[in-house]
Amino acid sequence: MAKQLIDQFAATLPADKRASVYQSTKSTHEKRTKMLFDQFAEPNRLRALAGEIKQHVLEHLDTLLPAVEAKLQANGARVHWAATAEAACTAVLRIMQARGATKMVKAKTMVSEEIALAPFLEKHGIEALETDLGEFIVQIDHDHPSHIVRPIIHKNRREIATSFERHGLGAYNDDPQTITRRARQFLRQKYLQADVGLTGANFVSAESGRIVLVTNEGNSRFSLAAPPCHIVLVGIEKLVPRDRDLGLLLNLLARSATAQQLTVYTEFISGPKSAAQPDGPEEMHVIFVDNGRTEVLASECREILRCIRCGACMNVCPVYRQVSGHAYRSVYPGPVGAVLSPLLAGKKFPELADLPKASSLCGACHEVCPVNIPIPDLLLRLRDKAKREGARRAAAGTPPMGAWALLASQPAAWKAALFGSKIINYLPTKLLPVPPLRAWEDTRALPEMRGGEFRKWMKGRKKS
Amino acid sequence: MLNAERKPVTGKRVQLMATCLCDAIYDDVGRATVEVLEHAGCTVDFPEGQTCCGQPAFNGGDWAAARKVVRHAVRTFTGEDPVILPSGSCAAMLFHGASLAFEHEPDRVEVEALGRRTWELIDFLVNGLGITTWPGRFDAKIALHRSCHTRGTESIPAALTLLRSIPGVEVVEFGEVEQCCGFGGTFSVSFPNISTAMGTLKLAHLRAAQPDLLASVDMSCLMHLGGLAAHEGKPVKIMHVAQILRDALKHP
Repeated sequence: MAKQLIDQFAATLPADKRASVYQSTKSTHEKRTKMLFDQFAEPNRLRALAGEIKQHVLEHLDTLLPAVEAKLQANGARVHWAATAEAACTAVLRIMQARGATKMVKAKTMVSEEIALAPFLEKHGIEALETDLGEFIVQIDHDHPSHIVRPIIHKNRREIATSFERHGLGAYNDDPQTITRRARQFLRQKYLQADVGLTGANFVSAESGRIVLVTNEGNSRFSLAAPPCHIVLVGIEKLVPRDRDLGLLLNLLARSATAQQLTVYTEFISGPKSAAQPDGPEEMHVIFVDNGRTEVLASECREILRCIRCGACMNVCPVYRQVSGHAYRSVYPGPVGAVLSPLLAGKKFPELADLPKASSLCGACHEVCPVNIPIPDLLLRLRDKAKREGARRAAAGTPPMGAWALLASQPAAWKAALFGSKIINYLPTKLLPVPPLRAWEDTRALPEMRGGEFRKWMKGRKKS
Repeated sequence: MLNAERKPVTGKRVQLMATCLCDAIYDDVGRATVEVLEHAGCTVDFPEGQTCCGQPAFNGGDWAAARKVVRHAVRTFTGEDPVILPSGSCAAMLFHGASLAFEHEPDRVEVEALGRRTWELIDFLVNGLGITTWPGRFDAKIALHRSCHTRGTESIPAALTLLRSIPGVEVVEFGEVEQCCGFGGTFSVSFPNISTAMGTLKLAHLRAAQPDLLASVDMSCLMHLGGLAAHEGKPVKIMHVAQILRDALKHP
């Protein structure tokens, strides 16, 4: 019988990787919860409010996007619209070609992973260097991020030290400070040589056109300030209506993502160099990326676009903790990824239709989400969609429900089946080639079947 | 959002939905539910035509099949009396899951009306009937597993209130209470490796607290955890909160 790919992945994940993912997610989740509940009287009301603000954005993108375009232009930035991943990559390339630029430093942006920007630029002879330490390690290892906030959650420092040695960054040394210092020395030169700096945006204010970025390493500040040209790559859903909304969202984002009050660096970028602002890049471009978001917006799972990419859902998720991010075969892993990735896949939905099945529907993700996304409901909607569209990957391992539903809507048949179920107690179940039974009994004892006993007791009481 | 708005409970007549697990396996939990409700002064009706809440199909993604079963429940549990289930998960199916599955259906109103009078047993005792202490005696250290489908409901606070009020009961704390046991319905057989790993972690936390028994308001979690422990050759005692309440009454 076909098996679920994510469950298979879990079975083959080395124990040390599982342990490091588990420890790291658990500790971040616990710090996050303590910080939120210690510092705010009613954090859950803040989550609900933040959810309403982001939902408002989604419902008013038709007016907010033109408004932010006008603001950004007034601030001196150039605005580009990219309907697809290809269009976004091409827009970046054209900007670079127009300047004769060949060297880019990149801050961490998930949307650049989503559109596979770095490999595209490399194909066109452009060096696109990751400057976030985690992403830098991913890049020199030709690996993929396994967490949206901590891309190397699946690696330990010994592996990193080995990668640094292989990449010519000094002799093997797995002291974290040494690793960081070496990366810093290497990157410092690269910032100064770069023609273009590319960043994402955590938020864009529709009111002021301010681009808001949060980091802990300062690499985004260096990336956008040192080179003469700054490109911002951002999903169309990243708007906030007003600057004042940032107070709430930044407070929730840092606490949810890394259990900090605020990240070490928070940047508010209002445009390129100008008479009023003598520092900064001479040219600034903002590329708004759709890449399937409009279709998600039109779907019954639109709430997923509220996501502010904090990673709290993956930190708390018992399934993510067991499998790590690579199990999800997509850029966005964990609970948010199990909704977003299959939706962004568009026509390739069936290939990722098993992701929404990789959940016990425990609801921990909804409980921690800073923008209150009802992730379990969305996972359920996608399971229904997968079933209606006959996606085989989603169906693997789920017992067929049609016959069961027939039984459960006919009381006489149901009662007969209840009484008949006792026969299981006398069968050599361990020898039966029934896949769900095998899957259960491999690790769990079967309870004794007592079908109909309760009804007999109820009837007996009525008579007496 | 999980908490469907409910009318205040006025009468003392209730309808019991035993759930398929009590119907097929845990008959004593069904009996305890009836006796606990009767102790609280309720008259318990048991509609004979009842089957299941529809959750296996709903969670499995087969919403057409789930709707068939939910419609049967709507036809079976008629009238205005509260419908009581000894399961947070099946109750949530009726007051939350079903409203998702019927969003675009003509009979959504009837389905949601059933949801608004559906209660998980312990939530009903405390928040429906206003009972905050439980008489009798029960000598045990109890680890109360938070079954996930009671998140956002009052069931677990209610269970803690009643358990802590019983002389002899000590409710023990344990690590990572917010983490799922790994059952998840069909998830337990379609993702057996992950399900087992989650259950093993949960058992380790529960055992570390050295309780005399594991309790829950859902037998499904306990079936999974108890099954894992038995398979390991280190069985643990499992009890539904209703069984503890019923047994406490035996020792006045």
